[in-house]
Amino acid sequence: MIRYHSAAELARQAGGQNISDLVLADQAAQAERPRDELYREMRERFLVMKQSVADGVAENLRSASGLSGGGAWKLQKALDEGRTLCGPMFGSALVKALAVSELNACMGRIVAAPTAGSCGILPAAVLSLMEARDIPEEKAVMSLFTASGIGMVIANNASISGAEGGCQAECGSASAMAAAALVEMCGGTPDMVCHAVAIALKNVLGLVCDPVAGLVEVPCVKRNAAGVSNAFTAAELALAGIESTIPADEVILAMKRVGDAMSGSLKETAEGGLAATPTAVAIRQKIFGQ
Amino acid sequence: MNVFDIIGPVMIGPSSSHTAGAVRIGRIARALLNDEPVCARIGLYGSFAKTYRGHGTDKALVGGILGMEPDDIRIRDSLSLATGQGLRYSFEEAVLENAHPNTAVIALTGKGGGSVSVQGASVGGGNIVISRIGGLAVELTGQSVSLIVLHEDTPGIIATVTNFIAAQGINIGSLRLTRDQKGGLAVMTLEVDSPISPALNSIVSQLPHVISSTVLDPQ
Repeated sequence: MIRYHSAAELARQAGGQNISDLVLADQAAQAERPRDELYREMRERFLVMKQSVADGVAENLRSASGLSGGGAWKLQKALDEGRTLCGPMFGSALVKALAVSELNACMGRIVAAPTAGSCGILPAAVLSLMEARDIPEEKAVMSLFTASGIGMVIANNASISGAEGGCQAECGSASAMAAAALVEMCGGTPDMVCHAVAIALKNVLGLVCDPVAGLVEVPCVKRNAAGVSNAFTAAELALAGIESTIPADEVILAMKRVGDAMSGSLKETAEGGLAATPTAVAIRQKIFGQ
Repeated sequence: MNVFDIIGPVMIGPSSSHTAGAVRIGRIARALLNDEPVCARIGLYGSFAKTYRGHGTDKALVGGILGMEPDDIRIRDSLSLATGQGLRYSFEEAVLENAHPNTAVIALTGKGGGSVSVQGASVGGGNIVISRIGGLAVELTGQSVSLIVLHEDTPGIIATVTNFIAAQGINIGSLRLTRDQKGGLAVMTLEVDSPISPALNSIVSQLPHVISSTVLDPQ
């Protein structure tokens, strides 16, 4: 039985196999269910992610507040017309992150990964890489076991909740999970997975949760786009053999301490950060009349 | 915790506490009514009261009362579906003391004239705690199979109910009983480790002094 208390321990136990193989075997043993049954359940969620991307790029998608929707469509159009700065895989990753996150804001069907507020990052990373490199679906589904193994380590040692740890705990954790999945899908070692997790988390340490009007829209949707770009950055560095000076497990504990030290006004209460700007206050008054 | 707590649940956005959890509270209220609801009076407290429109918490609660699952795409249109299905609903701010910021109090009336009142809080990540049924304090998370027995406060009732459960080899994980006054209305809640059959529930519901008995499967 794995306790999911350490990323380094996951890598050590994986040995020559992938972290996903280790996590799937362990989860099957813990749940006393066959491995292929758990795999099928994960594939179901993978298919929901794919559908969320497809539904989220709709042109006329709008949230009840009017604050979200249509961004993914705009970026997809720019991508189709060759008007983007970065390459097609990266552009497609940003489109997908926006699509899923905007669909969430519009009361669409999504998979929390690890939360609803950060639901665009992991599907965007896995699906854009899979499409760009023609990676078999099975590898993509398996990478979700690695991502969730890392997610459990973060949840056990720090937090995956914005109310407890700020946005670093939500979009940060999602970004680290996505980085782990990308590294494994590209054939990186379990140690590289850990370095990618460390790098991704380090880059967003201290990120506050400051939702305008308390809604999961501004800045959450765009932070999903930033989250997937951070995942690609971390994975790219780790795959090249660049190591994080601070090991993943220590970064996770640092994230926990930073979250604890963060003012309550910056942890999902909509009292600080962007939520306290004049524009945000005006939006709040317009929507809720207070 | 397992992999599907991290990659999951599959849900309707935008927020696990404001939508997914709210759907589950609505579903439990419907299950306890054990009838087709025709009227729902919904009191909202704290963050629920202040932000329910922007988060779609109203749609989520009504969707749950209509029996929808947290990932049912029809939740978006649940308010108009409710009207179409003959469910009248209203929302008001609830005045509560020491309640969790995301609390809803749902009073349902069924087709057959029966009614039930349920107070529940959405405590994060789609998890919920039901804190009152019919005004009586309970503590249910809906994560285990639960048996909720409304009964008259009378000697021997716990022994009678638990004997039937023991006879089926079902292990009880938690048991709680509260009453409004000595000899008054009481509610017994049991969380157990294996399924409770409709037959067993029917036996319990027909015991002397028992008013109603409901099985909640994990949701």
